[in-house]
Parts: sequence; structure tokens; C-alpha cells
Amino acid sequence: MKKLAMAFLAGALFGLGLSIGGMTRPTVVLGFLDVAGHWQPQLAFLMAAAVPTAALTYRLAWRRQRPWCEATFRQPAARRIDAQLLAGAALFGIGWGIAGYCPGPALAALVVGGPALWVWLATMLAGWWLTDRLLGR
Amino acid sequence: MHTYDIVDALLGGVLIGAAAGLLMAGLGRIAGISGITGGLLSAAAGDRAWRVAFVLGLVAGPWLRVLAGGPSGIDPPLAGLPWMALAGALVGIGTRLANGCTSGHGVCGLARLSPRSLAATLVFIACGMATVAVLRHVAGWPS
Repeated sequence: MKKLAMAFLAGALFGLGLSIGGMTRPTVVLGFLDVAGHWQPQLAFLMAAAVPTAALTYRLAWRRQRPWCEATFRQPAARRIDAQLLAGAALFGIGWGIAGYCPGPALAALVVGGPALWVWLATMLAGWWLTDRLLGR
Repeated sequence: MHTYDIVDALLGGVLIGAAAGLLMAGLGRIAGISGITGGLLSAAAGDRAWRVAFVLGLVAGPWLRVLAGGPSGIDPPLAGLPWMALAGALVGIGTRLANGCTSGHGVCGLARLSPRSLAATLVFIACGMATVAVLRHVAGWPS
């Protein structure tokens, strides 16, 4: 129960931050990506605050032997910078640039964003599922 | 871009970073939204409940602002339905191949000083910028 409450709280803080930071507004996201036009740097400030805050809180968390509600910390094991990583990041970037949504903001905006966001979420999960099948995962 | 936009962006960023820290301190997990959501499809049964709780929190987050008397901060999509469908599919395939999105690589990965995440972040930002440049300034999209 404590674990679920903490996951919910982390999600809520994350969603609140996305909303305050402007990530749930496609004009702001696409404005940041529009370097060839009227560039809006808002997202750069958001990243400049988010990364050091996460870096600091991670290091505070890692001072403990284990997380509050689990036996171990889980870190991604992958180290290699390979073609799959770069191709995936490229496809994701193109999709991000078309509509201005990455997964977090799309979910945070889901309830009031209209049917187009549900379609986005459905094809996102379908793409994920299909890739899993193709990779044999 | 006004001063209050910068203050909002910085405040939003601090909350996102703190949320990532809380998930690490509490559950020992990386706050990668594509991974947490995609795992709803494939994760073992015992690994699902916390993902559902996190996603419910994510959806509830903007409403904390509304309850406090503020705006939701949510604007409707600009792209039409077929483009939204294509964009979603590309994001799903891309984040699965790359094992992460803006949150997992761009925030959590950079905070862990992962070279892999730095490479992914540079590539997806560059490709996002190239896509917007083509759509707006070559194809002449109004949005």
C-alpha cells in the first residue's frame, strides 16, 4: 500500500511539473523544437532545472542501502551506444516533432485533451507492442 | 516568452526532477514514462500495480493545480487525427527501440550521467527540430 501511494505521489508530482512547466502545451513544445522559426526556449529552462534536481535527489537516495519500499535499486543495464538506440531515438524524435507529444505529457493531458490524444496513446502502445514482437522480447 | 514563463519552466523542472528522485528513493526505479506505460502491456502481474498507480498520479497531477484554483495547463492537440496516429506509432516504436523517451533518457539518464542517454537525447532533440523545420518551413504547416 505504501509502495502504491508513493508511486501515485511521484506520478502526481511529475504530472504537476509537466503542467506547470508547459510540457502539456504543444505550442510550447513545438516552439522549442522550432529553431528555424520563432524559437521558444521554455523547455530548455525546464530541462536545466529537472536534470540537476534529479541528479541531486538520486545521489541522496543512493546513500541508503536500498529504497524505502523495495529490496534493490534498479538501474538500466545497457551501456552500448548502438544502431538500435540511435534509430529508436531518431524515430521517437520525428514522432515528437510531428505532434509535440512525448509519453508523459500525452498521459497528463489525456482526460481533457480530446479524442486525438486517445488515438495517439493507442498507436503508441500498438507501436511498442509491435516492436516487442519484432525484437522477440 | 516572459519572465513568468521562465519561472514556471524552472519550477516545473524542479518538480519533475523531485518526482524522479522520489520514485528512485521509494521504489528504486527510473521514472521513464514510456517504460512504465509500455510495461503495463508486458510486465509480470506483480510488477503492474505500481505502474498503474504512477500513471493515475500522472493523469491526476495537472488537476492538483486546478484544485488550487489555477489553470490545468493543458492545451488541445494542434495536429489532426491521422497525424496524431502516426506520431503516436513513431513514439511507441522509437522509445521501445531506444529504451526510453524524454523522461527516461532526457531527465533520469542525464542525471545518472549515462553516455547512452546523452546520445539518445541529442538524437531525439535534433530529429524533433529537423521534423518541425520541415513541416513548418518546407511543407508550410500552420501550427
